[in-house]
Formats: sequence, C-alpha cells, structure tokens
Amino acid sequence: MAIEIEQPRVGLSKVAVSKTHGEDSPYFAGWKAYDENPYHETSNQSGVIQMGLAENQVSFDLLEKYLEEHSEASSWGKGAPGFRENALFQDYHGLKSFRQAMANFMEQIRGGRAKFDPDRIVLTAGATAANELLTFILADPGDALLIPTPYYPGFDRDLRWRTSVNIVPIHCDSSNNFQITPEAMEAAYQSAESMNLKVRGILITNPSNPLGATIQRSALEQILDFAVNKNIHLVSDEIYSGSTFSSSEFISIAEILETRGYKDAERVHIVYSLSKDLGLPGFRVGTIYSYNDQVVTTARRMSSFTLISSQTQHLLACMLSNKEFSENYIKTNRERLSKRYDMIIKGLKKAGIECLKGNAGLFCWMNLSPLLEKPTRESELALWKVILNEVKLNISPGSSCHCSEPGWFRVCFANMSEQTLEIALERIHKFMEQRKRN
Amino acid sequence: MEFKRKNKTQLLSKIATNDRHGENSPYFDGWKAYDNNPFHPTQNPNGVIQMGLAENKLCFDLIKKWIMENPDASICTAGGVDKFKDVAIFQDYHGLKEFREAIAKFMGRVRGNKVIFDANRIVMSSGATGANETIMFCLADPGDTFLVPSPYYPGFARDLRWRTGLEIVPVDCKSSNNFRITRAAMEDAYEKAQKWNLNVKGIIIANPSNPLGTTLDIATMRSLVAFVNEKNIHLVCDEIYAATVFDSPRFVSVAEVIQDMDCCNRDLIHIVYSLSKDMGIPGFRVGIVYSFNDDVMLCARKMSSFGLVSSQTQYLLASMLSDDGFVGNFLRESSKRLAKRHYVFTKGLEQVGISCLTSNAGLFFWMDMRPLLKEQSFEGEIELWRVILNEVKLNVSPGSSFQCFEPGWFRVCFANMDDETVEVALNRIRAFVLDRENQESTRSKHCWRKKHLRLSSSSTRLYDETIMSPCMISPHSPLVRAKT
Repeated sequence: MAIEIEQPRVGLSKVAVSKTHGEDSPYFAGWKAYDENPYHETSNQSGVIQMGLAENQVSFDLLEKYLEEHSEASSWGKGAPGFRENALFQDYHGLKSFRQAMANFMEQIRGGRAKFDPDRIVLTAGATAANELLTFILADPGDALLIPTPYYPGFDRDLRWRTSVNIVPIHCDSSNNFQITPEAMEAAYQSAESMNLKVRGILITNPSNPLGATIQRSALEQILDFAVNKNIHLVSDEIYSGSTFSSSEFISIAEILETRGYKDAERVHIVYSLSKDLGLPGFRVGTIYSYNDQVVTTARRMSSFTLISSQTQHLLACMLSNKEFSENYIKTNRERLSKRYDMIIKGLKKAGIECLKGNAGLFCWMNLSPLLEKPTRESELALWKVILNEVKLNISPGSSCHCSEPGWFRVCFANMSEQTLEIALERIHKFMEQRKRN
Repeated sequence: MEFKRKNKTQLLSKIATNDRHGENSPYFDGWKAYDNNPFHPTQNPNGVIQMGLAENKLCFDLIKKWIMENPDASICTAGGVDKFKDVAIFQDYHGLKEFREAIAKFMGRVRGNKVIFDANRIVMSSGATGANETIMFCLADPGDTFLVPSPYYPGFARDLRWRTGLEIVPVDCKSSNNFRITRAAMEDAYEKAQKWNLNVKGIIIANPSNPLGTTLDIATMRSLVAFVNEKNIHLVCDEIYAATVFDSPRFVSVAEVIQDMDCCNRDLIHIVYSLSKDMGIPGFRVGIVYSFNDDVMLCARKMSSFGLVSSQTQYLLASMLSDDGFVGNFLRESSKRLAKRHYVFTKGLEQVGISCLTSNAGLFFWMDMRPLLKEQSFEGEIELWRVILNEVKLNVSPGSSFQCFEPGWFRVCFANMDDETVEVALNRIRAFVLDRENQESTRSKHCWRKKHLRLSSSSTRLYDETIMSPCMISPHSPLVRAKT
C-alpha cells in the first residue's frame, strides 16, 4: 500500500495563477450554459440557442464546392508530389504562394484601394496569437495599450495575460453611436499617465466587434493623428473587413496611409485572419501586416512559437489564388450576411427592440436599456441571466465587453441556420410580449 | 503612391530589441554558406551539404502511401469534404477528441506500451517550440532560472528565455563519462545558481538527447526525479526524439520511471512531445504538452489558444495515427532506416580514425574532432569548423553552439539527405581527415592527449549574449529561404 506523503505545494508562475486568462467572465459562462443544453432543431428544441459566438457559417457551401472541384490541387495532387516538401516546410517566412494569396485577398476585400506587399505579411496561428505577439513587440511589461470600449472580451487575455501589459479603455457611448473621439482618446491617455502607465499604442478593431459597424474615415484620420502626436503605435485589427455588407463602406487604415503617401506608416500594424471572413477558425490562420521593417523581422522570428500548419497554408494558397473563387466568395458572403442582418434587425424591431445601426460583422449591437430596472451593470447581468435561463438564448452582455453604458447586448446571427434564427426571434418576441403584459 | 522602405526609429519593446531570439551570432555563417551554395547531386555537386539540420526525411514514402490510400482523411478530397465544415469550425482548445486519443496511443506505443497516456491530459501547442515556451510560462516568472544539462539544443536559449524572461544555467556534462548527467553536476549547477541569487524553478532535459543522440539510462532518470523532489523544483522532459531510437538500450520515458517511484511528487513532472522528428513533419506544427500536474495542464490548455494545431491537421493525423497497422510498420521501418544510416556514417568515419560518441537515437551523431584541432580551445574548434564549412563544404554544428563544456565535438545530422548525398558527404570527410592529419605536426596530437581543463571561463557563458564562442541558432532554421 502506497503511503500518502504530504507534499509541499510547488509553486507555479504568477501568470499561471492569475485570472487574466479571463474565463470567469459571463461571456464564457453563457457558453457553458449552451454546452450543457445545446439547441437542436429536432432533438432538443427547447435548448439554448448560441448567439454569443461570432462565427460565420453562411458561406460554407462555396468552400465545399471549391474543394470538390479542385481536390487534387489542394490535397497535393495525384501521387502527392508536393507532400514531402510541404510536410518539411517550417520556414517562418511562410509559403510564398500563401502570402501572395493573402495579400491579394486583402486587396480584393478593400476593392483594390490599398496594396499589400507579401513580404510584409507575417503568419501566426490565428489573430489571437497575432495580437499577443504584437503586444510583446510594441510594449514592455507594465506599459499600456489604449482600446476603445466596448471591445472584444478576448483582448483582456490576448493582450495582457502573458505580456503583463495593461489595457486602458477609451470610453465610447451611445450619444454619438459609440464613435471614437479625440476627447475620449485624450482622456484615456491622461488616465494612463495618472496611473503612471506608459502608453505604447492604441488598438482599434475595424469593423468593430461588438458594435458591428465600420469606423468612419474622419475618425480614422483623427486616430492616426493622435498616434502620431503621442508618438505611439496604431494597431488596426481588421479581421471583419471581408464581412462588411457593402464593399465601399469599409475603409482600412491602409487606405488612409495611402492617401497620406505613407507618411508615419512605420507606427501602423494591421492584424487579419481568415477565421471570420472565411469561416475557418479551426485552421488557425492569422496575419500581421506591418509597415515597420523591424516589427516585421521581429514578428517573423517570434512567429516560431505560433506558425500555421504548412498543410493548411498549402490548401488555402490554392483556394485563395483562384481569383474567380475569391471574388465570388467575397461578393456572395457579403450579400448573405447583409440579408441575415436585415432579417434580425426586422425581427427585433417587430419585438420593439432597437439596435445600433450596423454595416458589418457577424452580430448586431442590441439596446435593451429600456428593460433595465436600474441603469447599472448588476441590472444588466440580471436581465442577461433571465435571457439565458428562461428565454434560452446565449447573448453577450455589454459589460463583458467593457461597455460603460449598461443595457447593450451583442447578438450573433451568422453561426446558425435561418430556421434557427427564426426560432430565436420568435422567442425574443414572446419574451418582449410577456414583459409588456407584466 | 508606393510605400517606400524608409523607416524612422520607432520605439519597440525590450523583448523586441534584445538578442535573445538567438539569430545574431557569427554562427549564422554556416547557414548563409549553405543558402548561398546548396549542394545538388547534378546541378551543384560542389555545393555545401547541409548537415546542421536535424530533420527526418527517411520515411516519407510510407506516409505518402497512407495518404493516397486514405483520401477520406483529407477534408479536401471528394471523399472527405463532407467533414470539411465541422472540422473548419472546430477551434476548441481541448482539441479533436480523436486527435488526442490517437496521440495518446501513439505516445504509448513509442514507449513500448510500458506507459498509458491519458487522452484528456493531452494539450496542444505549435510544435515543441511552442510547447517548451508554454511550459516555462506556466512554471516560472521573469528572472527565474531553469537548469539545462549541456550540451543542449541551441533553440532552448530562445524558446525558454526570450519572451518568458527566464535564465538558463547549464549542468555541465563531460566526455570523461560519456556526457552523463551526474548528481554532482546537478548539485554544482544548483549551487552556482544560488550563489548568483537566481531562483531555480526546475530542470529541463532532452531525452533522447540533442545533440548527443543518446537515451538516458534508468539510474540517471531516477537520480533526476529524486533531485527535483528533494529541491521541490520541476522536471521537464523533452522527449521529441523518442521514436528515433534505433538501438538498445530501449527508450525509457520519465512517465515509466515515475510509475515505480512512490516518493515522487507527480505535480513536478511534465513531458514535451512533438511529431516533427519522429514522423518528419515539422511543417505541420504538432506539439504536445503532457503534464502530470492538473493546474499546469489547465493553464497550458488555456495558453494553447496562442498556438493550436490546425484542425485540418488534427483531423488528418487522428486518422493516420489510429491506423495500428500503419503505425506499427512506420515505427519499425523508421528505426531500421535510422540504424542503417547511423551505421554507414559511423563506420565510415571509424575507418579514418574519427570516433563518435556511442549513440542509439536521434537524427545525428556526436563526432569527436579533438585530434584534429590545431589548438585545444574553442577558438581551435571554430577554426576547424570554418575549414569544414568553407573548404570541405559541410555544414556541421560546432559543439560550442550547444554550450558544450569541452571544445572539439561536432553534431552531424544524417537523416536529412538521400543515400547518394551520404556517399558524397562521407567521401569529403574522409578526404579532409586524411589531409588534415598529414598537415598536422605531432605537436597538436600531443596537445590533445594532455588532460584538459576548460579554457574559457564558464562563469561568463551564462551571460554571454554577444557570444565569445558562437551560439548556434535553431537547427530548425527559419533562415532557410522559402523555396515556394
């Protein structure tokens, strides 16, 4: 019989025991509720409908069709002649054909209004890794990044956890549709200073998650001016750029730089990924595009910790270099997302719910503040719990996105079938009717 | 208007601007020499032969055959495309269940089924590079220290230290006892660290060893386990060459050793694994963290968000590695082919009086070139290395880049080329050795026979970032230019 020996607890790192991984937030609690009782159109019709996951499932048929018609190219061809080279390929520069395809794809998304040099593309395993990597490069432990609220909850982990960098929020509110203003940026900067935090950069998401709206040209100009003035970096996370409902409404920071003759470009870095626009989050495809040579070189070296599988690079290089396919995909995907968006907005309106006017993304920003008992975070969470447990919809409370105004919720609409969306809208309608009666 | 490449100085982080990425070393010359003049049997027969890259190219035919016969495993084929959607969406950091199960089974088989691995403890990472960094983030804080037996894989300097802010203190191993890790050496390193006010959080070993190509014997393994338990520090075992064992003694994993050690606190034990060496698929970035410590497992899993294995790759490998017939045949053939290669090289060198450390694993051997040094010093080693690189045109790796305690040893990779190239490489070495010995006076032979103390101060080795003896960049060289 083994004797139980009392062992002194061996310590782990501070990073390991901290809560900065962020998984205790309601954002994730809702997912757990879904996992335990997932809706199914036949086998579990009263389950929780997942509306807290920003996934794009509306355009898979286009990808599947491509693969069926081009399976040879993407699976290394007859006799798999390219397999060996592909399986060996671990060069952190990444497959040239893949980088070229990504550069072209990014140009197509921006209607050709900006040019991308494949040699400035650094590959990472998802935007999650790209954002963390950039933070390691642009800031030291204890420094700060300014981020407009509301923002993607994952940033708390991705930008802060292992890097020990701080996030200082730039508060935005509904009085001007949550747009980022110079006053708000300055206030955040001062706030950081007063906490003795050195600000190293500002990170924007454009189109915005969770707002589902693109940032206007004038705001982008002001943000870039602000970064120049303070001599800090500007990171533009453009992972929803291909999910704008109309091509002309998205303006990339790359276009702003183009019109300025690339003056001050060396402080600008763009993050992109195929997880949202192409609906392939499992493949872990992220990129950093930097106009700063030193950042490109360093990011590339660091990408050793998070390279993209060469098998996946190969498949996507084939797929995305097919211009006919990619053009059709971008166009069709936009149309379908737009249609979904119209559907949910109409449905919510019928139920008496207003949303922020959106033009992009896989979600809408819904205003339930009229339903709050009190304009507080606690009231918002209480309402969220009711929606989760009684209406059985997992939506994301604004507080988990650090929204300073209680009562807003992010509702995803692209990760389900139209039928399921109908059911979700019916449930909301019923819920609102009940509330009215009470 | 085109973006011009003029860049003003923009302030980056300390991590971004320090040298811990490890690439700024004189050793870079070896890679450049190969890149500028790569050997090709017909197009460039006088080019540099790459023997500094620990890649396993011996068994691709087996894998290719399996892929052709199993089109459903690939979601890009007509047969497999109906799985495409589910796989493409899957980004759960637990990983595909079938993938974890297949990996756990494979790991067990590679260890002769002496251990059973729990599929629920398997955590993914982007290659062993990602796994080693992740484990450090979990176990230690910036400024903490890990002990590493020398000679060791040069990439550790980057992987363990760069973004984590950790320090490394080498545990010096010597040729007098075949570079075995002794208890005395461990204690010595531990005390040294204490004297320098460094907080030691653990020891990391590679078993089988890179660059030695040897497996650790059971006594050494038990000694390591006892050591970490006494000091209450962690033991990380990087077992990425586990399936490259081609001769006895058989591979004994730390997982097996602790089964018989009741006094071992399992919370201290962690394994790093990968398919890059055993299966020769470094491009697929399949790294595994397997920790016996629940907290570490949970933390590493959360961190794996930064380096998940592509679900497309998980799916393919889940299928491949659950094919028992394929796996059995692959492991057998791989060992056989490695053994043969190893034999051809070591015998060929023996014929010209060059001995190698007796080894039974790995994709390389550890060659003793001390008799050929003009001077028994690291400078002498580098001089010899430059000659081998620039005149003999072989990119082999000097021991100093592995922080080897003694000058004169070289790591030579043998599994990354075809049989014809092996012939050419051997002939070149043979010719060079004979030539060199003729040139050398008896004086240098006497020098080698003298008992030697190390000539460079090891107390500066730790903090030598601008290196007096070159520090080799990762053999998984990112500096190899993309050819496609």
